[in-house]
Amino acid sequence: MNTSSLRSYLSGTKNAAPLAVLRILFGLLMLISIIRFAAYGWIYKLYIEPQFFFSYYGFKWVQPLGGWTYLIFIICGLSALFVALGFKYRISIILFFLSFSYIELMDKTTYLNHYYFISILSFLMIFLPAHTYYSVDAWRDEKLRSQEVPAWSIDAIKLLICIVYFYAGLAKLNSDWLLEAMPLQIWLPAKYSIPLLGDLLQQTWVHYAFAWSGALYDLSIPFLLLYRKTRPFAFIFVVIFHVLTRVLFPIGMFPYIMIGSALIFFDANLHNRILSKISGWFNISKSLFDNSRIYQFPKAWQRKGSMGIITAFFVLQLLLPFRYMLYPGELFWTEEGYRFSWRVMLMEKAGYANFKVVNPENGQRFYVDNTQFLTRFQEKQMSTQPDFILEYAHFLKDHYQQQGIENPEIYVESYVALNGRRSRPYVDPDVDLTEIEPSLKHRNWIHPFNDEIKGL
Amino acid sequence: MKKFSLLLLTVFVVWGCTNNAPSGPNADDFDRQAILENWANNLIIPGFTHFAETTAELQVQAEAFSETPSPQNLTALREAWKESYLAFQHVSMFEMGKAMELNYRNNLNIYPTDTDEIEGSIESGEYNLALPSLLDSQGFPALDYLLYGLGENDAEILNYYTTNTNAEGYRTYLVDLSQRIDSLTKEVLNHWTSGYRDEFVSNTGNDANASLDMMVNDYIYYYEKHLRAGKIGIPAGVFSGSPLSGHVEAYYSDDFSKALFNEALTASINFFNGTHFNSDQNGQSLDDYLEYLEIDKEGSGLATLINTQFDSARSEAENLNPDFAAQVESDNSLMLSTYDELQRNVVFMKVDMLQALNINVDYVDADGD
Repeated sequence: MNTSSLRSYLSGTKNAAPLAVLRILFGLLMLISIIRFAAYGWIYKLYIEPQFFFSYYGFKWVQPLGGWTYLIFIICGLSALFVALGFKYRISIILFFLSFSYIELMDKTTYLNHYYFISILSFLMIFLPAHTYYSVDAWRDEKLRSQEVPAWSIDAIKLLICIVYFYAGLAKLNSDWLLEAMPLQIWLPAKYSIPLLGDLLQQTWVHYAFAWSGALYDLSIPFLLLYRKTRPFAFIFVVIFHVLTRVLFPIGMFPYIMIGSALIFFDANLHNRILSKISGWFNISKSLFDNSRIYQFPKAWQRKGSMGIITAFFVLQLLLPFRYMLYPGELFWTEEGYRFSWRVMLMEKAGYANFKVVNPENGQRFYVDNTQFLTRFQEKQMSTQPDFILEYAHFLKDHYQQQGIENPEIYVESYVALNGRRSRPYVDPDVDLTEIEPSLKHRNWIHPFNDEIKGL
Repeated sequence: MKKFSLLLLTVFVVWGCTNNAPSGPNADDFDRQAILENWANNLIIPGFTHFAETTAELQVQAEAFSETPSPQNLTALREAWKESYLAFQHVSMFEMGKAMELNYRNNLNIYPTDTDEIEGSIESGEYNLALPSLLDSQGFPALDYLLYGLGENDAEILNYYTTNTNAEGYRTYLVDLSQRIDSLTKEVLNHWTSGYRDEFVSNTGNDANASLDMMVNDYIYYYEKHLRAGKIGIPAGVFSGSPLSGHVEAYYSDDFSKALFNEALTASINFFNGTHFNSDQNGQSLDDYLEYLEIDKEGSGLATLINTQFDSARSEAENLNPDFAAQVESDNSLMLSTYDELQRNVVFMKVDMLQALNINVDYVDADGD
């Protein structure tokens, strides 16, 4: 693309309805997610009950706020509703991004790629004019009201969704997934009680079929959605795929979010019809918004700034998943650069970590009962991930220092089993973990994997 | 695109027809319900039935002793207590349904028992054994104290029930304890035979509340906390840094802690292999399920590995003194090496087995990726 065609692309506009529909769906689904999360009692179970929380590197300062944690969820839910309504959109989407990200940063035990997707999608939406059409803001402010938005603002959402799918597909191109049908071979037989599918899920060929078609789906669906002729057919695939994953795995609201956001690929006709329907139900005058106006950023620097940030955002999104290449060793084993990379459902990892506290002054040594400090969920996550193990060891050091051991040494005997392999020693049991500071450097205190998983 | 889809379809069809899978479960579905049936019919209910017989006998002997506190009756009561305590090792792991509701295991077997609290209750004569605060002054450990720990020798112990100013208080407390053990046990057994068995067997789903997941979690929890840690690890000082001989099971009746441990280990092995209660007959259990899944690709199967490890623990424990308290004090390293052998199976079961069975370790059913 030469400069002039790039310029003409950037100045091109499209009907704003797809962006408005996305905003409404996103806001409503987020509101439902928050309500569902609260209704299951997860706020208490995950963020109030535990006495210790695992932090992301550099985000130790993000901690649950005791009873005030509920307030963060209320802010998050309300801002999601306001986003759906397009009411004080910019402030609402910023508040949503901040509160949602804060929730996710409080404890990395609950890390899910889905939550990360929500975080970065809401970040992206801060810079998009999603409130210029069919919103409370546009209804009240005639100057804002515009039927046309920059084409790139819709394409940015499409690009993000394409990255998610395509990178998830790339990550599946490994020998465990394709040649061993792992971890599906472990997960699917356990779903024996699902009606109709239960028996089928016992068959080995089904595991392979799921593995291969899953990889193929992830790699091809962006293109099938982009290409007009294959789009309806691709959307049916999207629905089938996500409904199936919903049936098979406990993945909460994610399938609905992905199905909803895939609508962005359709022409504005569909979205205008959806909005007409909604207008019919709630007696809203849609024609008020159909003013054929083209949205202009109020100030030139706002347009340039938004585009600059979005460009930087995508460059980062494209590079971040490949950061694992900077580390030696097997990615699945060390998990150095595993998160934030759309590596979804690739591993069945089970572990066991038995911590030993040594008082060097008198040689006294004893083992820690993890349930004294961690919830079962936290213990499970901790026992397979080295950054958790290290952080917990430092927590134990502080704890036993308060208990009167001046310089406790913390060792761990740990075993991890990955994708059906026999459990093996994980962390070097002779390393005093209090001597190691958390960092993003390669961890040489993990035993090597002694096996190979080929592929990306 | 069309050509590619066609190619892919062909690959799948060929795959489906030849079914030349390198590894993985057989095409035939495995009958998981058979495991639940075997556990309920041949281990749990017979185990509780037998245990209930011993608790009834325990109560009879306690009442007989209370009426006539003779040396002969003391011996008979102690025998009944030992029989019952051994039988309990076969049901202790089944803390589910009614047992979970009643906090059954904690009512029957918290040790070390709180002797001050026992003496206080006897002295005041006012106590409600249903209170959670009195969990550690009842059950088998409290009886252990009352039958063996009150005095230096049998004559001294008998005096508490005969000539002591509060002899009646001691006799009543003794009877109350055995009554409570018996009534709680009957309640649990009744619940199993009047409906819960069917509920248990038919709950074949695969969520965290399904019988298989629940039972396997309970089993591993029991093995880790009560067998490995409670009977061996805690007295050996694994969690405290220094040995705690006072924390052995059946501390006051010398020479009995090893027998209880061996019985509990046998019960754990039987459960894993589905060996029927009080019989050599073998039914469906975790070992068969693991063999069916065959996910493990390395050498001998996981079930064999776990059984071999059970054997190692058993033979390591053979060298132990019948009285663990004496063992801890004389040569704790033998206790520690037994602990290590037991510990290896925690890894095999908690990591390898749970992975193979794809059982949820956590009860928080949060969303997954």
